[in-house]
Amino acid sequence: MGGFHIVVLVKPVPDPECYDRVEIDPAAGVLARQGMPSVLNPSDRHALEEALALQERYGGRVTLVSMTPESSAETLREALAMGGDEAVVLSDRAFAGSDSLATARVLAAGIAKVLPFDLVLAGNESADGGTVHVPSQVGELLGVAHLANVIRLEVDADGSVRARTRIENGYVEVEGELPMVLGLRREVNTPRYTSLMGVLASQEKPIRVLGAEELGVDRSRVGMEGSNMRPGKMSRPSFCRKGERVKGDPEEAAARIVGILRAEGVLG
Amino acid sequence: MTGGAKASGRGGAIWIVAEQAGGKLAPVSVEILGRALAMAREAGGREVAAVLLGKDAGGLADELASHGADKVFLADDPRMEPYRNDAHGAVLARLIARESPEVVLFGAGACGEELAPTVAARLDTGLGAHCTSLDLTDGGLLMMGVLGFGGRVHTEMFCPARRPQMASVKPGIFPPPPRADRKGTVVREDVAALLEGEKIRLRAVKVVREAPEGVPLEGAEVVVGGGFGIGGKEQWTLLEDLARELSGAVGCTRPALDEGWTPGEHTMIGTSGKTVRPKVYLGFGISGSPHHMVGVKDAGVIVSVNTDARAPVFESSDYCVVSDFRKFVPALIRGIRKAKGEGAGEPSPA
Ligand SMILES: Cc1cc2nc3c(=O)[nH]c(=O)nc-3n(C[C@H](O)[C@H](O)[C@H](O)COP(=O)(O)OP(=O)(O)OC[C@H]3O[C@@H](n4cnc5c(N)ncnc54)[C@H](O)[C@@H]3O)c2cc1C
Ligand SMILES: Cc1cc2nc3c(=O)[nH]c(=O)nc-3n(C[C@H](O)[C@H](O)[C@H](O)COP(=O)(O)OP(=O)(O)OC[C@H]3O[C@@H](n4cnc5c(N)ncnc54)[C@H](O)[C@@H]3O)c2cc1C
Repeated sequence: MGGFHIVVLVKPVPDPECYDRVEIDPAAGVLARQGMPSVLNPSDRHALEEALALQERYGGRVTLVSMTPESSAETLREALAMGGDEAVVLSDRAFAGSDSLATARVLAAGIAKVLPFDLVLAGNESADGGTVHVPSQVGELLGVAHLANVIRLEVDADGSVRARTRIENGYVEVEGELPMVLGLRREVNTPRYTSLMGVLASQEKPIRVLGAEELGVDRSRVGMEGSNMRPGKMSRPSFCRKGERVKGDPEEAAARIVGILRAEGVLG
Repeated sequence: MTGGAKASGRGGAIWIVAEQAGGKLAPVSVEILGRALAMAREAGGREVAAVLLGKDAGGLADELASHGADKVFLADDPRMEPYRNDAHGAVLARLIARESPEVVLFGAGACGEELAPTVAARLDTGLGAHCTSLDLTDGGLLMMGVLGFGGRVHTEMFCPARRPQMASVKPGIFPPPPRADRKGTVVREDVAALLEGEKIRLRAVKVVREAPEGVPLEGAEVVVGGGFGIGGKEQWTLLEDLARELSGAVGCTRPALDEGWTPGEHTMIGTSGKTVRPKVYLGFGISGSPHHMVGVKDAGVIVSVNTDARAPVFESSDYCVVSDFRKFVPALIRGIRKAKGEGAGEPSPA
């Protein structure tokens, strides 16, 4: 059989290191993204790592799938430098403004194009929207079993799966069979570094670009129009507080803070 | 396949999906029930119902009713325990399709966070993720405040055309309602019928709950937070000493968690961790990244201690102490003991 066909969902996101500098266009109430470099979503590196480890063990194929503007193809190349055989970019103006379910619809259509798959691995959450919806919703739309919050994964050669998922103060061991869609948390593994060989090899790897037409998705079911959720205006929440400087040496400053603790009624 | 519905009339029911474990309701379930009751009141009266899935969970259904739910749909069946997204998702989607509530709220704990998008996909409806505010307009539209970009961006989202309008809410966002001692109706559901024709593929073979170490962050009046600036496990005990002095809880930033200075994931505060609302938050060695600060923004008072006078954390603090925590924390502990000791005799210093 020669291993599994694993699809890894990867999303280029504005670099989380820059979120301090996110600007909103006040008139339009939309994000001004200029100057924010795009990087591979952090938890997606863990999804890719898990796929590569399975590929090393069992052989098979790893395909990266991303719904993203073609201009982010560079980030996909970086992902391919880490590993994977090819990338499929789902790009169309019609996809802009998709809510999580419309995003999942496009991704499910993209995955259907690279059929047959055995396993879909996703990050658990994106750094920008961060809904934690997409893995479960892709699973539902593909009609296969799915899990979010996965922190440990074992897949046997016969396709039986044991996954550990995080719950409050503990975990659950879940069993099932491929095919599956899994959202992986960063505890699941430590992603490898990209090697120079990897960078060189990535230059040769194919990146296919597919639009709404090729995917055969109904335009009225994707993008802003096909989204059940509509966004209002964006703003920057302010965490600003009065910022009073407490003066003096540690003893003096501590005395002041004790006064505040007393005023708040928490000195017991 | 169960389908959701198009928006229709006004005045429909507001539901919450309750989560339970080990014979107890998850606190977030009561918190969202409180918000549902408040919205129903503000809208001039609407039915508020809870859905509870589990085994031998009748007592908890009564508890939900006593908190003020007019109706509790109880799916009490061995197949509802432990939680699995396929079995729970199927039952919920069918119940919702049958009863057509206007609004359905989920707690965004680990299970609810997965269950909500599963059900939204089955019903083809909109879902607001990790909402920080929920308000019904006069027209019955649920306005959901959501954050993105690590808490740096806020937007309101709404679901104009499909029903129900769904939202998930993290623990700690809404205060729990006062106990109402009301008596609602408990409706026992036929789980076998609700699961008919559904494929259940997942098997939850083991559920492990570790008793968390330390005072829980939830509900603590004082939270002592530590960041990467603490620099090591040994120094970390200083924060634990301080918290003990104030009967408070210790929380941390992600780098401090990653360094292994804290007892675990349940102590992390921020976008990927917990939201706390203590009376006082005391932060040490924390730079003030929005990823962290979003988790403490509802604290009554924020005190930050940092060696760097220009640390961004000071902008989002009420009181800013430029100091090395290694000098400041012992001084603070001495000060607290002295203050507490006044009139009760001086306790011996550490
Ligand atoms: C501030 C803000 C708030 C938002 N709130 C909501 C909301 O409440 N409800 C809602 O429906 N939408 C919301 N959205 C829109 C949502 O972010 C987009 O629909 C997005 O395309 C998908 O969701 P996500 O990024 O949150 O993914 P998540 O579900 O958090 O992502 C999990 C994983 O899914 C995979 N994945 C996600 N997107 C892609 C992609 N484009 N290509 C490949 N893989 C992908 C990745 O592996 C990722 O790690 C919000 C957006 C913003 C900016
Ligand atoms: C998708 C994503 C999600 C994230 N989620 C979270 C989250 O939920 N929670 C979270 O916390 N982070 C989260 N992060 C990480 C976050 O972006 C920041 O990196 C993190 O909060 C910074 O932690 P810190 O303040 O402890 O460390 P640093 O930024 O390294 O700050 C250390 C501070 O300590 C000060 N210091 C040093 N020595 C001393 C001393 N002796 N006395 C006093 N002060 C001293 C320094 O001046 C500095 O300001 C997330 C990141 C991403 C990308």
